[in-house]
Amino acid sequence: MPPETMPHQTLSEKSFLEDTAKALKDPQLRRNFKRAMSGLVAKRRNVFPNASEFEGLREQASAVRRKTLSRLPELLELLEFNCERNGIRVHWAETTEEANRIVLDIANEAEVRLAVKGKSMVSEEMGLNAFLEEHGIEAIESDLGEYIIQVDKELPSHIIMPAIHKNLEEISKLFQEKVDSNSTSETAEEMTATARKILRKKFHDADMGLSGVNFAVAETGTLCLVENEGNGRFCTTLPKIHVALMGIEKVVESLQDLPPLLTTLTGSATGQPITTYFNMISGPRREGEKDGPHEVHLVLLDNGRSKMYEDELLRETLLCIRCGACMNHCPVYTRIGGHAYNTVYPGPIGKILTPQIKGIENAGYLANASSLCGACVEVCPVQIPITEILLRLRHNWTRQNKKRHWTDKNRLELLIWNGWKQVFSKPGLYRIQAGLLGRLGNLLPKQTPILSRWAHFRSLPRFSKKSLHRLVEEEGIDHE
Amino acid sequence: MSESVSQRSRIMKRLTTIHSRSQFAEFRPMKQPNPPSWTLKEKISRLKSTMEAVHTEVLLCNDLDFSSVFQRVVEEKGIGRLLYARNTALGSQIYLMNERTPKKLPELATYDESIENWKEQLFSVDASVTETRGGIAETGSLILWPTEEEPRLMSLVPPIHLAVLKAETIHHNFSEVIQKEKWSEQMPTNALLISGPSKTADIEQTLVYGVHGPSQLVVFVIQSN
Repeated sequence: MPPETMPHQTLSEKSFLEDTAKALKDPQLRRNFKRAMSGLVAKRRNVFPNASEFEGLREQASAVRRKTLSRLPELLELLEFNCERNGIRVHWAETTEEANRIVLDIANEAEVRLAVKGKSMVSEEMGLNAFLEEHGIEAIESDLGEYIIQVDKELPSHIIMPAIHKNLEEISKLFQEKVDSNSTSETAEEMTATARKILRKKFHDADMGLSGVNFAVAETGTLCLVENEGNGRFCTTLPKIHVALMGIEKVVESLQDLPPLLTTLTGSATGQPITTYFNMISGPRREGEKDGPHEVHLVLLDNGRSKMYEDELLRETLLCIRCGACMNHCPVYTRIGGHAYNTVYPGPIGKILTPQIKGIENAGYLANASSLCGACVEVCPVQIPITEILLRLRHNWTRQNKKRHWTDKNRLELLIWNGWKQVFSKPGLYRIQAGLLGRLGNLLPKQTPILSRWAHFRSLPRFSKKSLHRLVEEEGIDHE
Repeated sequence: MSESVSQRSRIMKRLTTIHSRSQFAEFRPMKQPNPPSWTLKEKISRLKSTMEAVHTEVLLCNDLDFSSVFQRVVEEKGIGRLLYARNTALGSQIYLMNERTPKKLPELATYDESIENWKEQLFSVDASVTETRGGIAETGSLILWPTEEEPRLMSLVPPIHLAVLKAETIHHNFSEVIQKEKWSEQMPTNALLISGPSKTADIEQTLVYGVHGPSQLVVFVIQSN
């Protein structure tokens, strides 16, 4: 795949709004996402049927992650020490450019031509595939979903299910056009079998395996990978070199921290009590062992994370274990899909991560793409206060962009808000207004000037005949 | 690597500076929920039902009928070439089985050389049989710590994986086994939990078994008499 055809991120509010409008008008895309997201929501609900049990579980998972943040510098040093003791070489990268260079140096040293990759969101942050291609190294995605979108030169639209925006027919057509012209693959089973055959050959031939890291255990120097397909095991076992890529926040203190994280991760992500494989790697091949890589490298990437660490609230972004539950439950993501965001991380987590990684001035607008409904906060297995962080980022963004401030821009809006303030701070006025709206509000046509601008995209609400005050006087309040 | 060293010191300096002037809530270890207390029979049945829910065949046997159950499975699956480890307890058993009734078993292969010299053979066997270190009832998982005798790829490359699990090594949950066996003092190069055959749902969320790893997993749970 020539590098110039690789997709790349363009961060711009204008293209975000355009792509959002385009996505909303694409009925196929909306059907694909609606179906997939409701499926994932239902699966998660089945695996955590008891709300209070789930609360207990996420209290534990959240406590483990908060412990990590409260001791981050110390745990990173301990992880480095124990990895090195196990024979894993540890590299540190402040930026994605530096991380790419480290991987390239390792590959060049060993004359690597073909690398197989397991799923890694950090590698997406780095744009690693395109970078390696530019330097003459072929990097093949081996997770089936990642493979499909790599063939179609796309970016992932979901962090767990990267090809979720495509339906069966679209993938079948893609396979016939770009994977195997003789292919008559039509069912998911047939296409999976075709991909298995092609990728087995790649595993067989590759000199280097790349992977992400779900958790790294400081006390034992162990890298943990969660997966269903077995491609992660192939990438980390068969090639002579394994390079693991991880954000500095993914460290945990001890092996005992793993069980609650593993359960909440797999349950939140795909509604599974556990994935097929949980792979714990504590070093390269030892004397006498017949397989496993001769070299294991761990690249620790900062890329803005140490800056997030500074602020007490923003720091909580680093609790994330990348399960994707926030996007599955997000009314915005479900309607516009992952690509409209044009970011590595879409959905709620992307809206709080991207402005912090790329800078509030470049990506702060993303924080506005939320109704603040809080569905993401309710399902987050590590209790990240996503809506609070969104509000903080909006605040920072507005301060950065003085010109955009509504008081400078829209006198009408200012007038309306002032009127609202008058009415809502004077009980007499409020009662008159409520009475009027109750009686006449539903008669207002959608075309009423000013109102029509709001109602153009929305249904008008129905006003109740009786105000809340009246209802309370008549009926009282339960549960007081 | 001097560049990486200075990157390290810059990252660490930033983190330690922030850390030294920040307030962190005191970490209170969460009370672990009480582990279930299942009888051996309950553990076996939980493991069996959980693994069967994800397409694993779980066969309950004892020391006496293992050979016949094993031979039946191998025959039913039409396995032509079976990979096994010669120098394990299980290996000796299979070796003897083969000596006594050679026609009942397929051609046997052993993973004697390092992968660099044995790749082609490994990619051409039909099935492998391995021991396991234990099981986890709660999630229906097998615990494997690959060894020199039974290397890592043995449970990954062959399309069918036959695994032998001793019933008394089934634990309640993951947390219990980490603690009881003091894993933190003795982590191997690679430790694995395997909870079914390889699978994917990346195409339209349709579940398909056998994407990269084995498409079939058969577990023989051996209960001592």
